[in-house]
Parts: sequence; C-alpha cells; structure tokens
Amino acid sequence: MEKREYKKIVEKNTPSAPKLRNAIIAFLIGGFMGVLGNFLVDIYSFYFNIGSKDASVFMIITLVFLGCFLTCLGFFDKWVNFAKCGLIIPITGFAHAMMSAALEYRKEGLVTGIGANMFKLAGSVIIFGVVSAYIFGLLRIFIMGV
Amino acid sequence: MTFKYNNVYINETSTICGPYENKGPLAKYFDKHYDDFYFEQKTWEQAEIKSIEDSVNLLLNKINLKNSDVDVHIGGDLLNQIVATNYASKNIGIPLIGIYGACSTSCLSLILASNMIDKNQVKNAIVTASSHNNGAEKQFRNPVEYGGPKKDYTTFTTTGCASAYLSNITSNIKIESGTLGTVCDLGITDVFNMGAVMSPAAAKVIYDHLKDTGRTVDYYDLILTGDLGEVGKNILKEYMKKEYNISLKNYEDSACMIFNTDKQPVYTGGSGPACLPLVTYSYILDKMKKGKLNRVLIVATGALMNPSMCNQKLSIPSIAHAISLEVSK
Repeated sequence: MEKREYKKIVEKNTPSAPKLRNAIIAFLIGGFMGVLGNFLVDIYSFYFNIGSKDASVFMIITLVFLGCFLTCLGFFDKWVNFAKCGLIIPITGFAHAMMSAALEYRKEGLVTGIGANMFKLAGSVIIFGVVSAYIFGLLRIFIMGV
Repeated sequence: MTFKYNNVYINETSTICGPYENKGPLAKYFDKHYDDFYFEQKTWEQAEIKSIEDSVNLLLNKINLKNSDVDVHIGGDLLNQIVATNYASKNIGIPLIGIYGACSTSCLSLILASNMIDKNQVKNAIVTASSHNNGAEKQFRNPVEYGGPKKDYTTFTTTGCASAYLSNITSNIKIESGTLGTVCDLGITDVFNMGAVMSPAAAKVIYDHLKDTGRTVDYYDLILTGDLGEVGKNILKEYMKKEYNISLKNYEDSACMIFNTDKQPVYTGGSGPACLPLVTYSYILDKMKKGKLNRVLIVATGALMNPSMCNQKLSIPSIAHAISLEVSK
C-alpha cells in the first residue's frame, strides 16, 4: 500500500482534537491570567508605592513562583493539560517547563542532573526569545530611529 | 519466517504491576502490585529493575527452582541499553540474552526461547518483558510533571514486569508456533499515534503467519495484538481488509483490556513491552486453562521510535512478532 493511501486510513480513524473547545478554554484561562497579572501589578504599585514597570517585575516573580510551586506540589500538570495554551503561553508555562525538568532529573546530581537538564524544554524559549528581541530591536532602530 | 514447535510449553508465569494496572479491569489476575511508581526504590529506573527481580523471584518460587537450575534468561525493556534488564540480571544470576524489540519484546523472547528449547539447546528458559510509565516518559517524551498537552489518541505506557517459565515438560499451555516479523514503515511521523505506526507491522506478521501455516483467521479463538489502542485497532482492521483482504474476527487488543479507557486517564489504552504479556500471562492463560479459549495468536507490536530520528524528520518504523498458543490435550 502506498504511504498516501495508508495516511488516509489513519486520518479517517484518528479523532481530531476539539479545537474550538480548546481555544475557548485557553482564551478564558489565558484572559484570567492576564487579569490576575494586571491585578498584581496594581496591588504592588499601590502598596509598595512603586511605578508599574517595577511592579510588573514583582508580578512576574510572583507568577513564576506560583508556577514552580504548584508544579512541585504535583497537580499543576493536570491544570496545564486542561487549560493548554491558557497556562503555557503566559510566564507560568515557562516556569512549569523549567521546574518539571528540574524535578525529573533531581536524582541525577546537581550539575549533571538539574543543571544540565533544567533548560531541556525551556532552553529554546530563552534562545529564540533573545534572538527575536535582538532582531526586533534592530528593526526598531532602523525603522523608527530609536 | 515461521517456526513450528513440538515440545515447548509455558509451565508457569508471574506478573507484577503498577498502580494504574491495579485499578484496571484485570487487577485480580496479577500476582503482585505496587501502589506507587517507585516500588520502594529511589528512582523510576530502579523501580523497573525491582519489578523484574520481583517477577523472576516470584516465578522461581512458584516452580520451586533455584536460579542455577534455569539455563537461560531472555528479556528486554524500553530503557536505553536495556538497562533495567541488565541491572536486574546482576541479582537474578541466570545467563542472559538481553534483547530490544520495543513493545514486541515479549513475543520475540518467546520465539528465541522456544527455538532453543525445541532444538534441545537448553532444557528451560525464563522470559521477561518490562516497562515503566514514568521511566519511558522521561526517556522518550517530556518530563513527567510537564503538563503540555498530549493528543487524545495517544497511549499510556504500562508499568510492570511479566515473566514466563518455558520448558519441554508438558503443561496445559503449548507454544505451537512463532512467526518473526519484518520492520515496516508507512511514513507515520506522529509520535503520539503509535497505533498507526505499528498497525502495518502487525498486519504483515499476521498475514505471514496465516500464509506460512496455511490457516485462516477462523482457526484462532482469539487474535490478540499488543498495544495498538482503540485507534490503532480500527486502523489495523481497515488496513488488513484493504491490503491483505483479511477480515479480522475474534480480534482484541491488550491495550484496551488492561485499562478501563473510559474511566482511567490513559487516553486510548496501554502500551509498552509489559502490556501484552501482563494480559496474556494472567488473564488469557487463565481463560485457556479454564477451557474458554483453545487457540490464541498473540501479536506483540513494537514501535521502533527514537527521539533523535524523529527530530531528524524520519518516519517511525515498527516491528511485530507472533506466537501461537494452544491448549494441549
């Protein structure tokens, strides 16, 4: 049988993901994360009497901590699995990816285990985050002059 | 290639399972279970080693033999360098043939052991096949605690070890013949759809077996494939009909039997080298001994998946081996 013909059999029998449902859940939970982030920024800037730029750093630290802490408690993976991009795209997804890799390899030593494997999933995010920031920075200079 | 055996029997089996299998529909058929993934060890890999040691020790106890009485141990698992089997063998102390056939390991080990016993090269053999859900996830996929979404049609690696003791001493389960499979690849690259990857290999080995023995599917009371899952099962049926013009009757898949796919969070069923032997050595042999099944063809299906090769955009090959079991009169 040709590969193309077999692919048709496979596609016919493989259920497709409920994309609309997933998108709505991700939209709602992702939106809630945005609201939570903004709420934290407001709270921090109000109580600590700091600018919103500093307060957003505090907000990021809080969300990263929450992502890591809940991952360690062992149930955040089920939340992520349910919310999908709603929790993966925000900074919580990054924290979750790093912490889950660190947990996985913690018994293989600090350097050879945690150190070497912590960025297994999240390493790409950092690399391409830096690369794209650099490119957009250059574009900004060339186009806008600042 | 089909081998016919005259005097090879399964005398005894032992099965060790993990927490999910123990909540599945076949729980009461397993000899021993553990309630968490660590099996009283420090890591998942060590837990798998422990499951193999436990399983073989239990088997030796059942048949009242010492390790020095057994001529050869043939076994394998999913981990790199079949490390669980190799490490377990340190304590088991039986001459070892370590094999890798991914999830087809169980039938491959049965074929190798049967060949040696049938030709009187050895008088008896122990075969093992093991897998560990978290150990396999760690090696082949993402960290276990990472919740990045998986496709709904993926399968869930079984945790446990199943062993069997084979010899030329007559028992009620006879290994009648075995067919070695060929590696197939129909271009599937989706690492979540292992059922689709393995179906062509399963179909090929079933066809080869029936052709070599001159039988039809009606000859068997049950044809049991390894770990295709609900999705793979349907793909195999349709592919078998279109490619070989064979309609599978009395057909089941052990992936769908070991777990309750409606109630347990296991996607479309079990997988892993331990899946088929856990079902066969406990539930199926029990049914055969009670006379409910007389002739069973078990087909262990293995996806020869390697993450590096998948990253190099190569499709995933698969292999399957078949063993025909009969109730001896």
